[in-house]
Amino acid sequence: MPERDHLTVTVQRGGPDAPMRPQTFEVPAYDNQTVLDVVSWIQQNADPTLTYRFACRVGMCGSCAMMVNGVPRWTCRTHVSKVLDGNAIEVGPLRNLPVIKDLAADMDPFFDKWVSAEGMHHPTRTRDDAIEAIDPVTMERQEANAGIECINCSVCYSACDTVAGNPDYLGPAALQRAWTLYNDAKDANKDAILDAVSGTGGCHSCHSMGSCTTYCPNELDPLSAILGLKRATTKRFFGGRK
Amino acid sequence: MKVARAHPLWLAYLLHRLSGLGLALFLPLHFWVLSYALNDAAKLDAFLTLTEMPLVKMAEFGLVFLLAVHLFGGLRLLALEWLPWSAPQKTWAAAAVAGSFLVSTTFLLQAI
Ligand code: HEM
Ligand code: SF4
Ligand code: SF4
Ligand code: FES
Repeated sequence: MPERDHLTVTVQRGGPDAPMRPQTFEVPAYDNQTVLDVVSWIQQNADPTLTYRFACRVGMCGSCAMMVNGVPRWTCRTHVSKVLDGNAIEVGPLRNLPVIKDLAADMDPFFDKWVSAEGMHHPTRTRDDAIEAIDPVTMERQEANAGIECINCSVCYSACDTVAGNPDYLGPAALQRAWTLYNDAKDANKDAILDAVSGTGGCHSCHSMGSCTTYCPNELDPLSAILGLKRATTKRFFGGRK
Repeated sequence: MKVARAHPLWLAYLLHRLSGLGLALFLPLHFWVLSYALNDAAKLDAFLTLTEMPLVKMAEFGLVFLLAVHLFGGLRLLALEWLPWSAPQKTWAAAAVAGSFLVSTTFLLQAI
């Protein structure tokens, strides 16, 4: 790779009040540098009004996702060297979500759909009961385990073209959460989950294009979770039991 | 910003949609031509001489190709959605189907 001491970084600026427009900055290049480092450098050294969001910087909190050269990514764990196009990077707010300002997308629709998909706990016991013992080797538990490391970053939601075309579609993360809870022995209302994911905008809207699974930074597999929901809802429709 | 999404599953999805739309556009035409077999056999024969032309032959190839692409794409989706198999199992199953299809079609083409 040729020696370079600067990167050409284009960031999308704007929001509800001002139309989005690109702005280009020259940013010093370092050997070890994440996309979040680059965005922070601009905000600290070139333009303090640049708006973006992050918290943990280590891939735990899910708040730093942005579009980087057309692909949604967690910016705190994306090395510049992995995504550089020539000597340039283009950074924008996550796709498929309203923009608050500049690089900060409004996550409300994403979390609202999490709730609409019944991605909430339906307890089997109260705090006065003994804790239920869970067998870690059952098929159901393994299906549930596959999805629990989701950090709610919305990368999959931004990657999904079905979300782009259908505003009612619940999206990969919320549906994966529903599938996780459906397989959780500690969840008491499986029927509510299947009701929530079988209507308009539910799991049957998914076209199995797999962008969610391709781009999930935690290497989760929402596509397979949605396929599980498709089978479960269809079996229930034909009167089968789990 | 231009969205980058050309990964294999997405391309398979695009191919499936385009071949499906191509078929939907073609089928009415196909049935219209076939209707001449009932109403006006001479006209059908006149039309069928057209199919000797190289361009029309190419177009026919395109249509059979669309149907093949869509058929196997559709079977791929049905397998993906209904058979909760592991990825290697699916790869082997797909290879087995493709292989037997190749052998049996070659046999069929030899036979006719
Ligand atoms: C040969 C047997 C066929 C099979 C196995 C098949 C299978 C499928 C499947 C599984 C889908 C759903 C794809 C998705 O969820 O995205 C689909 C979509 C579609 N099919 Fe077929 N199909 C067949 C024949 C046809 C024919 C003859 C036509 C034309 C009239 C057609 C037109 C379409 C269209 C327009 C779509 C929508 C594409 C999309 O949603 O992306 N199909 N097909
Ligand atoms: S597989 Fe389904 S949820 Fe995932 S990107 Fe494609 S349409 Fe969206
Ligand atoms: S499934 Fe993956 S991409 Fe989607 S929100 Fe969870 S961690 Fe992010
Ligand atoms: S800042 Fe927390 S995941 Fe990137």
